[in-house]
Amino acid sequence: MAEALPAADGTDGGGELAGLVACPTCDVLHRLSEVPPGATARCRRCGTVLLAPRDSALTRIVMLAGTALVLMVAAVFFPFLELQVAGLSRRSSLFDAVMAFSSGLMLPLSFAVAALIILLPLFRFAALIYALGPMAIGWRPAPRAETAFRLAELTKPWAMAEIFIVGVAVALVKVAGLAKVTLGPAFWALVALVIVTVLKDNFMCRLSVWKTLEERRAT
Amino acid sequence: MSAVGMENAGRTQGYLTAHRAGLIGCSSCGRVQRPGPARCVRCGGPLAGRDPGSLQRVWAWLLAGMVVYIPANVYPMLLTSTLGRTTENTIVGGVIELFDHGSWGVALIVFVASVVIPIGKFIAIAYLALSVRSAVVIRGHGRQRLYEVVEFIGRWSMIDVFVVAILAALVQLQFVATINPGIAAVSFALSVAFTMLSAQSFDPKSIWDAYEADDT
Repeated sequence: MAEALPAADGTDGGGELAGLVACPTCDVLHRLSEVPPGATARCRRCGTVLLAPRDSALTRIVMLAGTALVLMVAAVFFPFLELQVAGLSRRSSLFDAVMAFSSGLMLPLSFAVAALIILLPLFRFAALIYALGPMAIGWRPAPRAETAFRLAELTKPWAMAEIFIVGVAVALVKVAGLAKVTLGPAFWALVALVIVTVLKDNFMCRLSVWKTLEERRAT
Repeated sequence: MSAVGMENAGRTQGYLTAHRAGLIGCSSCGRVQRPGPARCVRCGGPLAGRDPGSLQRVWAWLLAGMVVYIPANVYPMLLTSTLGRTTENTIVGGVIELFDHGSWGVALIVFVASVVIPIGKFIAIAYLALSVRSAVVIRGHGRQRLYEVVEFIGRWSMIDVFVVAILAALVQLQFVATINPGIAAVSFALSVAFTMLSAQSFDPKSIWDAYEADDT
């Protein structure tokens, strides 16, 4: 079938092949015409979303990632939950939750929890700002922006702040019979962060970002 | 609304894949390129036409995940001491306790996240890995959907680990009540991580390749 393709002369062919998109899920080739903002292009065979450009998506993603970064800092440093029972009270921060496994054998789990709920989300926001920020204000992409964006996409399943929030809710129900629990500002910061992250992912169209990165890099 | 396909796309199936065209499509950015370089020209991600080691990694991570899921259920997840009395709770024990307290909704969430999802995931990944290269079992769309669900839902099993972390951090009131994490928390976290890696190792393109197997 190779004869059906342009520039089958074995040379670079970069310009020609750049107009094609292979579905990342099922590998079917598509030649995409301009997809207008707001529209969605799906793979003909498996239905995976290929392109879903949105108006000024880059700017919005960078803004939301910046917001999330600030919220995460607040979530780490403000008190998270306060427990009161029989005159005793204990205030704990997100950091205490991370250090819960720090005794003996379970220390590695502490590192893992820190990575999943704090470090990886922070890293992703920073990487997105680094990779897309310059392009959002019309500059050329920063050096190694591709690596930053690729790592941000790679670590996406491992950033689990939203799962942590559900965990907090379950934990609250478990201790509700035992003691009175007050939610601190850090809890609400984390809730806001989850909402901001969801909004950000809605604007994110992986393939358009890659196309834009490549085009801006070339000029 | 629609992607404009190649006009002279296919003889048999009507779909021309990058693989059949003698090209490689990047799995992370969709860029089409000629085989040769090991890394994508656009995103720098690893390029592999069809990775023969993919299924092996799927099975290896899956087995590792199943093995560590056993101690996760046998050993205690939570050690609760109230007024000098210590009780140990396994995953299922914790669910039963929540259920006894009348918190049915939360009991259901924990049960689904820590029992139904992990076991369902073992079965689903094994099924996907076994049914690769057969176009008959369920149509590609069904398996594609199954794969998406597995990838999306797997991480939510981590809930129970976080619950333990929060409880252990919060409930440290000397004699009145203390909660400490049990060793099962570690094996459960590992089990979730291993099955996530297993699902990520699976190449969804192999689901669709079955349709072309008779044609190459």
